[in-house]
Order: sequence, then C-alpha cells, then structure tokens
Amino acid sequence: MATPTLPAALADATRDESSLRRFLHGLPGVDQVGVEQRAAGLATRSIKKAAKLWAIDTAISMVDLTTLEGADTHGKVRALAAKARRPDPDRPDTPPVAAVCVYPDLAATAVDALGGSGIGVASVATAFPSGRSSRAVKLADVELAVTSGATEVDMVIDRGAFLEGRYGQVFEEIREIKAACGDAHLKVILETGELATYDNVRRAAWLALLAGGDFVKTSTGKVSPAATLPVTHVLLQAVRDWYTATGELRGVKPAGGIRTTKDAVRYLVAVHEVAGPEWLTPALFRFGASSLLNDLLLQRRTQLDGHYSGPDYVTQD
Amino acid sequence: MPDRMPVAKTYKLYVGGAFPRSESGRSYPVSDAKGNFLANAAHASRKDVRDAVVAARKAFPGWSGTTAYNRGQVLYRVAEVLEGRHEQFAAEVAAAEGVSARKAQSLVDAAVDRWVWYAGWTDKIATVLGAANPVAGPYFSFTVPEPSGVAAVLAPQRSSLLGLVSVLAPVLAAGCTAVVVSSTDRPLPAITLSEVLATSDVPAGVVNVLTGRAAELGPWLASHGDVDALDPAGADARERPELARQAADTVKRVLRVPEDEPDWTRPPDIGRLRHYLEAKTVWHPMGA
Repeated sequence: MATPTLPAALADATRDESSLRRFLHGLPGVDQVGVEQRAAGLATRSIKKAAKLWAIDTAISMVDLTTLEGADTHGKVRALAAKARRPDPDRPDTPPVAAVCVYPDLAATAVDALGGSGIGVASVATAFPSGRSSRAVKLADVELAVTSGATEVDMVIDRGAFLEGRYGQVFEEIREIKAACGDAHLKVILETGELATYDNVRRAAWLALLAGGDFVKTSTGKVSPAATLPVTHVLLQAVRDWYTATGELRGVKPAGGIRTTKDAVRYLVAVHEVAGPEWLTPALFRFGASSLLNDLLLQRRTQLDGHYSGPDYVTQD
Repeated sequence: MPDRMPVAKTYKLYVGGAFPRSESGRSYPVSDAKGNFLANAAHASRKDVRDAVVAARKAFPGWSGTTAYNRGQVLYRVAEVLEGRHEQFAAEVAAAEGVSARKAQSLVDAAVDRWVWYAGWTDKIATVLGAANPVAGPYFSFTVPEPSGVAAVLAPQRSSLLGLVSVLAPVLAAGCTAVVVSSTDRPLPAITLSEVLATSDVPAGVVNVLTGRAAELGPWLASHGDVDALDPAGADARERPELARQAADTVKRVLRVPEDEPDWTRPPDIGRLRHYLEAKTVWHPMGA
C-alpha cells in the first residue's frame, strides 16, 4: 500500500489506520504564538522598486484565476480565459496567469478557450465546497473534470471525518481520487478555517502529503477565515519537511481573502523564508484568487508609469 | 503643581471615516501666527493619498446616488454641527490666522453661512445648468448635470476655515467625493472640520482630509488615474501649470483659479459647482 520510495518511517505511518494516527499525533505541536509572531514579523519586510516589480510579475504568474459562483456562465469562463492569457492588454509584457479555476461542468469551456496557451485548467471536484457526498459521487465529479481536460483537480477533504479522527477514511479517499486524476495534478483543500487548531492543520497537511497530494491548499474561499499567513507558514513548513524526508517537492496554494498586492508580497516573503527560494515558482506555489489579479495589475502599472492608476483601467469580471 | 494633567489633542488624518496617523509615521509641528507651538499634525505621504483616493472612489456611488434633496439635508446638518462648535473654530481660526477674536467669529459665521448656501444648491443646480434642448426632430432632448467623480482639492493656504469650506462644500453639493489637502501651516481647523463631518451623517469616505504639503502631494493627485477633477487653489501659482500638465494625461477637469488667494468673504457664484459636474444629454423619441 505504501509508495515504495517513501523512507521507512513514513511508509510505516501509512500501514494501517492506527499507525497513521500514531504518526499524525506524534508530529510536533505548532507553537501558536511563535508562528503568528514570525508571520507578523516577516510581513513587515519592505519590498521596493525592482524587487517589487519582480514580486508583482511572479505573483501574477502564480495566480489561479478563479470563478466559483452559482451564477457562472460559459461566457464568463471564456472572458476569464481571455484575461488569463492577456491580463493587461495595454501591457503585452505582463505574464499570463498559471491557471484558470472553475467548476467541473465548465472545465471543457475553459480548456477550449485556453487551448495552446500553456495555461492550466484547474477544476474543483469532490462535492466542492462542503465535500459532503458519497465516495462514488466524488469520484464521478473528478472523472467529469478529468475527461473534460482539466490539468489540475482541486479536491476538498472530508472535514467531518478528519475532525472525528477517522484519518484512514480521509487518507483512502485522497488516494482513490489521486488515482482517478491520472496525469492531472491533485491539490488537496484542507479548509483550514474549519480545522480549528494549527496542530490539526499540520496533521491534515501531512495526511494529504502521505496520500499523494501534489499541492496542499488552505481553503475553498467559501469559509471565513480563509487563507491566513500563519496557516500558510504551517503548510510551507510541512512541504519543506516533506522535501527533507523524501526529496520530493510538493506545492502550497493559499486561497481566499488575498486581495491586495501587499498581501501577495507578504506570502512570497513567507515562501522564500519558510520553504525556500526553490518554491518561488508557479509549479510549487499558487494563489487562489479572483480580485487579487486586478490589484496586481494596478500596482504593476503604478510601478511602470510612475503614477497611480484606477480600477477603470483594468477589466472587471 | 497643576490641578490636573493637560489633555493635549492628537491631530490625525481623516481617511475613509477613520482618523489614522500617516502611513509614513511622519508629523510636523504647527505654530500659531506668532510662532508659538500649537500641536503636531500628521504629515501625509503619497501612500495616504493613494488610500484616500481608494476611500473616496468607494464612497462615490453611494454619495452621488443619494437624491439631491437628501444631500442638501445632510449638508445642512453639517452646518448645524459646525455652528455647535462655533467657539472651538473661532479659537482655532484666531490662533492660525492671527486675527482678532471678533474677526475670527465673523469668519466662522461666514463659513457656516457658506455651507448653508451650498446645501441649498443641491436640488436647484440641475434646473440652472440642465436644459430641455430645442432640436429639429421628433425627439425630446434633455441635458442634465451629473457629478464627475472623485475630486482632489488643494485647500487655500491662508484662509484656514472659510477658504476650506468655500472649496470643499461645492464638491459635496455637486455629488462628488473629495480628497482634501489642507493648508500646510494652518491645518488644525481642517482636522476639526473632519470631526464635524464624521459626526454629521456624511458617509465615510465622502470627504478625506490630509494634512501635509500641497507641493509634495499635489503631483500625486494630479497624475492619479482615478481622480476626475482638481482644484489647485492651495498650490503655489508657479506650480499650477505643471499640475495641469500632469492632469492632462487623464483628462482631469482642472479648475482655473486666480493667481493670488481671493477674498473668501465675497459672495461666491456657482462656478465651482459647475466645475464638478459633467453634462449628460439624452435623446428620447417622442410618442408613436
């Protein structure tokens, strides 16, 4: 059952439910005061001029441009895809975003609209956002996304099972969905706003990594609080420790509540300081956001033009 | 030993309905007309300008969407609250401008009257500047004035209250929202005025008051892509052509102001109101 490349300790953790529990509860506890203080301390770092412009361009290339509304239409997805290719048509040197993130029934539209651009199509699945359905329905949801051509699948974990301590069930579910994804990347949404403690966040992150998730993602964006800097610190520590233990690079995606360039730059500083500079790439770090992109574009214009811009100069979606 | 400790007031900015310190952390000493220290005022930076414009833009749909009648009521309420703080304003104006107590009283009276005068214009200006146009075709053609958007106001440097009210009230009466840079050396009445605005039904963000140097903040406002109109009254006459040039990139409406500061006690006309309004003409087919 365990992946052959895993070191013995990690392979042993996945042997059965009780060893999984023993492993997860054996993880060191998170120092709440410490992690919040470190996150706040790093957030005061001042990034200016050329470094800021670099950070803005990097952040734009890391955005998963997202629309997850009940009112989404094919037209809106096509408009979003056009924006993903050319975020700022007046400035053709603006990098394209990393991916467009939609519901699975709209994934085919996004794939059509993004053909040949190299921009990924991420689809949420597994009864997003609550994750409350049977395993069969969740797998069918993933299949719809994958057959529509999605290159990335964002699944939600069963928070109820996790909080009840049924780690084996959550683990099995992630594994089955990973298998159903085929070549598509799997991002595992922990919905940290519902996990109550940093210790739980750390356990859920390790559980997702053990089960084969390519990314750990903070939130659905439907629950408040969504992504926060301290929670992202805990996830970044988990992927860094995973890399130390196994040599594999896994990614992190904070999602929800990141609206300003200043916020985005703080996350990039955290990535650099907590995980390491090799994570500063769209392959390993993403922002799940919708309104963030416009603020990045406005700040980019401000940096290049030397004066402030306004929301009239970018497209509203 | 004094009976009690003096309670000195902290003078801060007024942005988005709150009273923050400057983002830059800077402050500067303010003296009265004789050079005695009065207080430390916040020294706003370009980032405070940025925040103030965002707040003003956010408040614009709400304020411009209120009925002209309601806007008049709110502005009249400002005059009422201003009147209630008459003594405080008179003392601040006397200290700032070095005028006699009597003269300061009459300047505050004039400021309250000015505010009432503009409050009365809110539901009348459309009749004066609007028109039913005679056209050669089967159409009704109407022209109606509509508020321009966010206005940047560099307040007069010498007249600390009456001058400020004379340039700010028309912005609000027209339905625009304002970012005001107060007089550099006489900013205290402007901050007290923001306390009046904060407590008199003017929605948060409709007026944002920055204290600092017009020469430093003016160019950021003039070149800002999200500011629609500029009143350069408080800028140095030699700097105004450069401000107008920077404003031209975004087709801002830049008010023509006299080279030297005018006598603000003279009765105003509707020129400033007109400056903050855009004419919209509607053609409507006549019945079948």
